Amino acid sequence: MSQINRLTGKGLVDHSKTVSFHFDGQPLEGHPGDTLASALLANGIRLVGRSFKYHRPRGILTAGSEEPNALVELRTGARREPNTRATTIELYDGLDAASQNRWPSLKFDLLSINQLASPIFGAGFYYKTFMWPASFWEKLYEPMIRRAAGLGYPSKQTDPDHYEKANAFCDVLVVGAGAAGLSAALAAARVGARVILCDEDFALGGRLLAERDEIDGQSSQDWAKAAAAELESLPDCRILRRTTVFGVYDGGVYAAIERVSDHLPEPPAHAPRQRLWRIVAKQSVVCAGGFERPIVFGDNDRPGVMLASAVRTYLNRFGVTPGRDAVIFADNHEALTTATDLSDAGATVRAIVDPQPQRSTAAEEVVAETGALYINGIIDAVSGAHGIKSVRIKDAQGASKTVDCDLLAVSGGWNPVLNLTTHLGGKPKWDNALSCLVPGDLPPGMRVAGAAAGQFSLQACLASGEAAGADSAKDCGFSPSACSRPAPARDVGPVVPVWFAPSSRGKAFVDFQNDVSVSDIKLAAREGFRVPDHLKRYTTLGMATDQGKTSNLNGAALLAEATGRHLGAVGSTTFRPPYTPVAIGALAGHHRGKDFRPTRLAPSHAWAVEQGAVFVEAGAWMRALMFPKPGEAAQDTVDREVANTRNNVGVCDVSTLGKIDVQGSDAGAFLDRVYINGFSKLAVGKARYGLMLREDGFAMDDGTTARFADDHFYMTTTTANAVKVSQHLEFCQQVLWPELDVQTVSQTEQWAQFAVAGPKSRKVIEALLDSGQDISNEAFPYMACGSFTVCGGTPARIFRLSFSGELAYEIGVPARFGDGLIRAIMKAGAEHGIGPYGTEALGVMRIEKGHAAGPELNGQTTAHDLGLGKMMSKKKDFIGRFMGQREALNEAARATMVGLKPLDPKMRINAGAHLAPKDASADAENDQGYVTSQAYSPELKSFIGLAMLSEGPARYGEVIKVCDPLRDYETLAEVCSPHFIDPEGERLRV
Amino acid sequence: MRITCPYCGPRNLEEFTYRGDATVKRPDSLDESATEAWVDYVYLRKNPAGLHKEFWQHTAGCHAWLEVTRDTTTHEIVAVELASKGR
Amino acid sequence: MCMRYSLAGLLTNALTGNRNWKPVWREPEPKPSYDVVIVGGGGHGLATAHYLAKEHGITNVAVIEKSYLGSGNVGRNTTIVRSNYLLPGNEPFYEWSMKLWEGLEQDLNYNAMVSQRGVLNVFHSDAQRDSFVRRGNAMRFNGADAELLDQDQVRALVPFVDFENARFPVRGGLYQARGGTVRHDAVVWGYARSADMRGVDIIQNCAATGFRIENGRITGVETEKGFIGAKRVALSVAGSSSRVGEMAGLRLPIESHVLQAFVTEGIKPLLDTVITFGAGHFYCSQSDKGGLVFGGDIDGYNTYAQRGNLPVVEDVAEGGMALIPAIGRLRILRSWGGLLDMSMDGSPIIDRTHVDGLYFNGGWCYGGFKATPAAGWCFAHLIATGQSHPFAAAYRFDRFASGRVIDEKGMGAQPNLH
Repeated sequence: MSQINRLTGKGLVDHSKTVSFHFDGQPLEGHPGDTLASALLANGIRLVGRSFKYHRPRGILTAGSEEPNALVELRTGARREPNTRATTIELYDGLDAASQNRWPSLKFDLLSINQLASPIFGAGFYYKTFMWPASFWEKLYEPMIRRAAGLGYPSKQTDPDHYEKANAFCDVLVVGAGAAGLSAALAAARVGARVILCDEDFALGGRLLAERDEIDGQSSQDWAKAAAAELESLPDCRILRRTTVFGVYDGGVYAAIERVSDHLPEPPAHAPRQRLWRIVAKQSVVCAGGFERPIVFGDNDRPGVMLASAVRTYLNRFGVTPGRDAVIFADNHEALTTATDLSDAGATVRAIVDPQPQRSTAAEEVVAETGALYINGIIDAVSGAHGIKSVRIKDAQGASKTVDCDLLAVSGGWNPVLNLTTHLGGKPKWDNALSCLVPGDLPPGMRVAGAAAGQFSLQACLASGEAAGADSAKDCGFSPSACSRPAPARDVGPVVPVWFAPSSRGKAFVDFQNDVSVSDIKLAAREGFRVPDHLKRYTTLGMATDQGKTSNLNGAALLAEATGRHLGAVGSTTFRPPYTPVAIGALAGHHRGKDFRPTRLAPSHAWAVEQGAVFVEAGAWMRALMFPKPGEAAQDTVDREVANTRNNVGVCDVSTLGKIDVQGSDAGAFLDRVYINGFSKLAVGKARYGLMLREDGFAMDDGTTARFADDHFYMTTTTANAVKVSQHLEFCQQVLWPELDVQTVSQTEQWAQFAVAGPKSRKVIEALLDSGQDISNEAFPYMACGSFTVCGGTPARIFRLSFSGELAYEIGVPARFGDGLIRAIMKAGAEHGIGPYGTEALGVMRIEKGHAAGPELNGQTTAHDLGLGKMMSKKKDFIGRFMGQREALNEAARATMVGLKPLDPKMRINAGAHLAPKDASADAENDQGYVTSQAYSPELKSFIGLAMLSEGPARYGEVIKVCDPLRDYETLAEVCSPHFIDPEGERLRV
Repeated sequence: MRITCPYCGPRNLEEFTYRGDATVKRPDSLDESATEAWVDYVYLRKNPAGLHKEFWQHTAGCHAWLEVTRDTTTHEIVAVELASKGR
Repeated sequence: MCMRYSLAGLLTNALTGNRNWKPVWREPEPKPSYDVVIVGGGGHGLATAHYLAKEHGITNVAVIEKSYLGSGNVGRNTTIVRSNYLLPGNEPFYEWSMKLWEGLEQDLNYNAMVSQRGVLNVFHSDAQRDSFVRRGNAMRFNGADAELLDQDQVRALVPFVDFENARFPVRGGLYQARGGTVRHDAVVWGYARSADMRGVDIIQNCAATGFRIENGRITGVETEKGFIGAKRVALSVAGSSSRVGEMAGLRLPIESHVLQAFVTEGIKPLLDTVITFGAGHFYCSQSDKGGLVFGGDIDGYNTYAQRGNLPVVEDVAEGGMALIPAIGRLRILRSWGGLLDMSMDGSPIIDRTHVDGLYFNGGWCYGGFKATPAAGWCFAHLIATGQSHPFAAAYRFDRFASGRVIDEKGMGAQPNLH
């Protein structure tokens, strides 16, 4: 059996080539230019999927992105894409698709027994039940519900494909390349506007491809082809096929997804699967078209029931007849076109069922031509579970007639596609003449044309598109000539729109995928869920993967009827981005895996890699954590690095610290205002520790600032706060005190800086210095700073600063010399036993010295808490001064920084543990503080910790309990000064 | 959202950093009686629905702090000035 | 009046074509005056009405709502409930909320699908682990459950998380097994039904347009449906607190911000727990309907428009892909925005105001949904007794002036950073 429903030579598919594919394991064939849906129909396959709740057999309802029924799992393995609409999948050779939400098979699905229980499973039944007994919810009911929920299976494997992002700017963005969109794009591009034209389809033309209309003496298909060709030839027009504009954002920003490789078995090498476009447009013309409405009647979900417009699409564009014996049920003139198209394609039109009271002349002609029965009535019943076999028609007089058929084409009129017009908050308006919602207030710069504007006729689409394109170009400063097409008369909709065939039998579906039926809507209304949003949330109407594209208005109409209101007064739910579902991978682009965020490497990184360093993430930086020797345990490495630094000399890359140059005649006064302590009186050639507060009085950051000249300071910040402090200083300078003569600039990337620490560090620095420069203790004492040259003329800044507590220097050179400098330092230090140390050893030494760092500067602590309250100047204005004085920020009961020594030196002081009195239980009443940092001190041969403890400094000597119930750990520790080693700082000053 | 930086021209939202209300004025921190003014400055905001003067910094550009007047109900930006101007 | 739900009732109705169900709440016209008028028919307002009636016997109460019930944040959040807080002002409150969630179905006779599937916060560094341990221990000190998971335990729970190729590898996690999700709309309907059954008037499409204040005391609310007298008025309008509060002369420590949320198409079970990323803003769970529900950071600028912009959409997707690279081909079905009261320290306010008889509940930042039962409980207690409930004792306005702020993230008075 192959392509039994293919119409030889018809449509736009390439009949000369064959494409092989599989559906549910069955090998099938189609042609290039097919969608999966058209190829399935060509092969006579009508049953494609199962619905969400009742597992009803479902076929293909539409020919576009509004499809609620024909969802498949596309591809296999890591590329499996659940819930993919067969109507939008471009057929490719080797395509593999499977039906969903059925077990064991599509034809025989056990969970279809849910239908029998549908009286219980009505709207909102969950909320009224599963409560008895209480414990069963977690154990039984919920797991059961969750297993049954969802449609397709996710791959659970890492997505193997790549995605990318692109930016584009244009004068006029045209969304949709149907009659209106092509006309708009032509009108704007012909006069020189930069135009971007996007269409979700792989072929341009929209419904021009699906109808047998005529434009300017050409077939609509040929006209579309010619228009596309002309646009391609215009230099400033970019055409994006397979591209869905899915969201409108502020400032003329439009988001679009281009499906670059989805029509291929897999993306070609170096090509992305999809591309996210961020389009900035001065003007836009939305020509998104319309959705045809189904009519709601009993068993209207049977495979073989299809929208009339989709029937014509399959006939005219794809050369496929969706059925051989058709019945048409429509409340508008689409019925007649459909009948003619079917008849001309060789299908038999058994009957045209028209709920309208009268029959037109046009109808007479079609009846004469096709030989169809013309019945003024409704569809009363549909038979054929897996595919429609017959319908029963009830005429206006109440007489019934059964007609055999394999296709029921349905049309309840058209709705404009409004989504993009509402994303910035515009509310659609009810149009009584058209019986549909039309665009309301539009986002700035947006126009709407064609069916999306309620201009449904071909002439109206062409004319409104041209006018909108020309007007948009004009608003961008171009001078379009007068429009060629006269403005058409206003369209009118069906005389009496038919939403629901009331007397029909069987379950009548409104939202097909979510199985929301007429009875659900009535029940919801009865229970008080009378606004569209309540109806949606209670029944799940419009919440399926199609977001109610074919069901929202029908639902609102039924709600209006159930509550005795006019449809225009019922309102609607809100459209939200995305217009059609968008892959998360595409929105993430290449920001995943190692490229999730940029990686910053210290100047000595390459050298550290050569040394076998272990690295750790420190914000965006990768820093050397430690430098293990082969086979060495981590703790041994750290102990060795600490001991070598304290006994000989060590070197550590500290370039990640924030470095900010502060210059200007008021630089000193400026620093006085951003630090709690004074800087204007700092001598040139000296550095000082400073603490900054936020304006609310809590500590923000600390660091040292050195003075190189009267009007030149050089500030360092913590690694974590480098950017934040820089922004803060810029705010202070530009906004708070623009009168000060001061400029700041971040130099974090410009300087490579190394700490050289240990009793032998002076010897190492001296060896680097070019001759004639003196850094003896007398000439260059503790906290001195200065400019030098090293290694034969390389400019260097040297600071006598110490984080480790040893004699130490920080030496900075322009970043490009950083790699050279670390190698020079190692060479110079070789004879003194120099060794590199990483951030772990750095951390141990700073804890031994009781220096606050990230865990203590956590944004919740004050100068008082850090033991620095006395540094707060009383005399000057500074950020945080006023609010920092508040009693609550300074009272003794606050948790204040202390040291902790375990009674048993082998016991850890777990960071994150809380502190309780020695004999108290670990509960909220006894919670007196927490451990911020922990280290093993090789010098003290004991674990030590820093902690924030209520009334801390008054409790030195007290034994308290370190409680870590999370890790089932407790130990006793003595409260002590946080300065464990060399509290007088003698080693610093030698 | 796009903000027109007086130095750099119209740029995308992601280049900017937000700080908030630009109508608040930092009181004198040496005036010990200014408690109420300080609490107001640090913690209280008008938070209007409508036009809002607010600070943004062009952090991925020129680092200028800007005073932007923007409608909080529509996100329409009606004015952008350098925050240092007129202070 | 609405009927009590039972298995028998459900079957009887099914057999009679479901024709006998009654409205879940009445639609009364407002009376001239009430003992208490609650402004805001969201989760908090309705929970407050329920507990006022049930715990304090105050039933002469109206809840007025400018739109439909639950049209604000209670219907826009990512449905996560948890009590994994750090600071003493917060943890007992949220733990009480957790306990109320655990008994909610039986309390309301309404199944809000409280699903204690666990909440996992992954961490990526030693420093982050230490801060999570501090938080986990704070929870344990307060009687909440918390576990520290190592990398293998995290892997067992969420095998598809990126352990191999991550920029910030997952090293472990803090796990609260009692945390989980709740069907958010059902919380609205359940509280509304229960309050209504106890005599509370729920009045939709009735925006407050002003407050009548005489000699420093509130006497009622001007509304779209006319003046409604009230002895006490309770504001529960998080997201719009400043603009409603302004009508009563309140200047608040609050900015309004938008938080976007996202849901994917429904898929078969993938994620059994709630997971949050520690190296970016991303949190995710899978709804009972099958969609992955997730979100990230607020957009970060003052707004009253219930929608956000593209940078945060991308940022959230990047966080998602960095954490779970298996979701790349799953598709976002819908995104939306809710307005948050971002307070100056990231923590809420349940307090009296300078107007006698006017009470305030707001400033919920990201935390409003999980707080719903306890906020209702504590707000009702405040309205009924005039005293702060012990669990909400820290949620006072005066903490900003005094400096006794409750700043979980240590970000200071910068609302968009909390």
